[in-house]
Amino acid sequence: MNIQINNARLIDPASHSERQQNLFIAQGRIAALGQGPAGFKPDRVLEASGLAVSPGLVDLSARLREPGFEYKATLESEMQAAVAGGVTSLVCPPDTDPPLDEPGLVEMLKFRARSLDRARVYPLGALTQGLEGERLTEMAELHDAGCVAFGQPGVTISDNQVLMRSLEYATTFGFAVWLRAQDATLSRGGVAHDGEVATRLGLAGIPVCAETVALSSILILARETGARIHLCRLSSAEAVEMVREARRRGLAVTSDVGVHHVHLSDLDIGYFDPNCKLIPPLRSRRDKDALRAGLADGTIDAICSDHTPVDDDGKQVPFAQAESGATGLELLLPLTLKWAQQAHLPLPAALARVTTEPLRVLGLPPQRIAVGEVADLCVFDPATWWRVERGALHSQGKNTPMLGMELQGRVRYTLVGGRIVFDAPVDRQS
Amino acid sequence: MTLPDAEALIGKLAEQIRREAGPGVALVGIYTGGVWIAERLHRMLALSTPIGTIDVAFYRDDYKKTGLRPGVRPSDIPFPVENADIIVVDDVLYTGRTIRAALNEIFDYGRPTCVRLAALVDRGGRQLPICAQFVGAAVSVAIDQTIELRRDASGRFSLALAS
Amino acid sequence: MPPGASASLWHPEAVSTLNPSLQISPEGKLLHLLTTEGLPAATLLQILDTARSFVSVTEREIKKVPLLRGKAIFNLFFEPSTRTRTTFEIAAKRLSADVVNLNIATSSQTKGETLLDTVANLTAMHADMFIVRHSESGAAHLIARNVGPDIHVINAGDGRHAHPTQALLDMFTIRHYKGGFNDLRVAIVGDVLHSRVARSEIHALTTLGVPEVRVIGPRTLLPRHVQNLGVHVFHDMEAGLKDVDVVMMLRLQQERMSGALLPSAGEFFKSYGLTPAKLARAKPDAIVMHPGPMNRGVEIDSAVADGGQSVILPQVTFGIAVRMAVMGILVGN
Repeated sequence: MNIQINNARLIDPASHSERQQNLFIAQGRIAALGQGPAGFKPDRVLEASGLAVSPGLVDLSARLREPGFEYKATLESEMQAAVAGGVTSLVCPPDTDPPLDEPGLVEMLKFRARSLDRARVYPLGALTQGLEGERLTEMAELHDAGCVAFGQPGVTISDNQVLMRSLEYATTFGFAVWLRAQDATLSRGGVAHDGEVATRLGLAGIPVCAETVALSSILILARETGARIHLCRLSSAEAVEMVREARRRGLAVTSDVGVHHVHLSDLDIGYFDPNCKLIPPLRSRRDKDALRAGLADGTIDAICSDHTPVDDDGKQVPFAQAESGATGLELLLPLTLKWAQQAHLPLPAALARVTTEPLRVLGLPPQRIAVGEVADLCVFDPATWWRVERGALHSQGKNTPMLGMELQGRVRYTLVGGRIVFDAPVDRQS
Repeated sequence: MTLPDAEALIGKLAEQIRREAGPGVALVGIYTGGVWIAERLHRMLALSTPIGTIDVAFYRDDYKKTGLRPGVRPSDIPFPVENADIIVVDDVLYTGRTIRAALNEIFDYGRPTCVRLAALVDRGGRQLPICAQFVGAAVSVAIDQTIELRRDASGRFSLALAS
Repeated sequence: MPPGASASLWHPEAVSTLNPSLQISPEGKLLHLLTTEGLPAATLLQILDTARSFVSVTEREIKKVPLLRGKAIFNLFFEPSTRTRTTFEIAAKRLSADVVNLNIATSSQTKGETLLDTVANLTAMHADMFIVRHSESGAAHLIARNVGPDIHVINAGDGRHAHPTQALLDMFTIRHYKGGFNDLRVAIVGDVLHSRVARSEIHALTTLGVPEVRVIGPRTLLPRHVQNLGVHVFHDMEAGLKDVDVVMMLRLQQERMSGALLPSAGEFFKSYGLTPAKLARAKPDAIVMHPGPMNRGVEIDSAVADGGQSVILPQVTFGIAVRMAVMGILVGN
């Protein structure tokens, strides 16, 4: 299908630039910029004046809830949510039921995702069988089946010898290992950041040292084994500083932060709002500021949504009993734009954190707005305000701390491989 | 309009009670004005039984509308109500609802032999079958106005109109 | 004004205004009693003053007033407690209300019915008020957020978070014996970390203007950021009790010995138990309080519990009057 996008502001994080130009798509790729190719006849023309075009968002963590958690959400609804949020590629964590530790499960997931014809899905394979932290998974087989890296950000490995050996094994094949730093015993029983808010509310705390103790082990083992590590969901100022220091000393480690942690702190729990129960917990304002500074100076490479749909039954219970997690695929873009505005960052630099940098973490080439590149694009209105309401979200997860708030930035069209997989005007009418 | 002199009215009440009631009579004043008047009458009549003071807040019939207002004072009836000869004392008698509440409260303390009512001012407008046996004066005011009993620093009483 | 006006919501502090405290209406009327935190001094004092009137009710022949006649009050105790439930029941009956007791642990909750389903079912039975005790912090807030407009919720204790009526009756007791709050040193001793009573006391004491509130306990039993609540921290009980006017002892639960918080009840008593010798450090007219039930020989010596400075039994009496006051004020709002 030939598509022409007129009068849009083209934002290209890879070249740190933006320009106003028409864009022409043919055979799944960007065919031309500015002037159409000779003889180009568009099958569809998108009038995009006032709109921006960026590479499609790449979300390093989005739970699709299949297999196993279909009562919370389905692949259909969550893939629709992804493209409604302008996300064209996403990494799906292995904590499904059963977990992604068998090639057959991975193949099935990839097959299902492909047949839905929405965003590209990159499964993260389990590092240990059953995520139990004891026996290695068949990483080579899983890689062949489509796993892009291995890890278990949802479930800590408490046996350091197992952790070290899994890093060594992964390094044999050059696979990256994704880990979240949380010490199992120091965080035991905790449900919120161990700070003033938890003290006032009488909630059991998860101290910062639960993250830093585990992080120091991970960094030391990374150095020992030479493994390529990606740190998932940093949460504290101390952790950011440890990563900064490790990189300064030459360790090749990457990291990401959840988009909610960029904007919220434990104060937002208010009077026990279970939508603010996240893993890792929302920490203090000082920690939030350090995360933002880490994003700005590149210590933290990427922002992800950590999309986790939870049904009402899972949230409408006392805070300590509530399931953790927030829905986020449709909020990744507007919340990133908000951060850009507040941090006075030009859009190409800010959007790099959700486009080119995540691809670099994945070891994939960046997507550029340039001739010949695959046309994975997000066409959005950066100025329009919209209200975060249950009815406005495509995801089955309505659990967001942003409920009731107004955000700027609404996706109009999402293209994957040059095909329009999300079309807002049509979608709203249906 | 001019309201009558409160001091004079109290004198009238004291005279009426002295004529009609025995020496063992017990006064129960309703906060705040009724308590002031009861205290004065108690001195003027040299009664032996100490006065009772009640707030009636927990017996009012407008609780659903106005709730429990701040400033409720503890009720205290320091004599046995059983078989007592009681005169309830209030400053302004109007709809009669406060007196109804006072009766209910007093009966929760015991069963008196007899209960009568002394009101400094009767402004009419009764909504219940209540009447005062001892009245200082009958006064007529507009519906949107209230009559207030005031006490100055020297303890002197006066009546005033408020809207 | 365009929707951008709500951009002001993006101020970090403002985000938490989306979670208002629920218990006070925009006009300042008390709708629920969930926590002493955030209650203005005037509201606390109104409750204390009203409670004084109810004390006089409990001292006469007919200990009832018709204030809540026809109202249905449901005791929802998800965590068992005979004492607290009984005082609420007595208080409700003295207001002429109808009381229904639900020991949820033994009924539908164990069959997997959610907390909110239980509440919805009971609302359908025309409850006017729920008195809720639950083992999880925030349970009373969850219920208050999900009941209809004319239903009031009293928190009878949620996890470690709050026990506002206990704090109120303790304030009443302090005012009864000490006349006021302006000149006092108050010490709270024991397991503050796990204590909803301690948290509610601290908020009430600081709001009412007590100039010095102290917490005394071993580091493992004091929350890390407790000083941010406006208290002075002591680990040495003798130093902490010096010249104190009010000593509030907290109950130590057996399960603290597991979980590496304390080695033994014996060692705790040695360092933090209230004995006559330790009490002598406080002012000679200091009063000793305890929310009950007491562990004699663990947090408090019998000689002190039964001694002349103990006001532990009057606390219980005042507790009924204070709870009557809270119910009376809430139902009327």
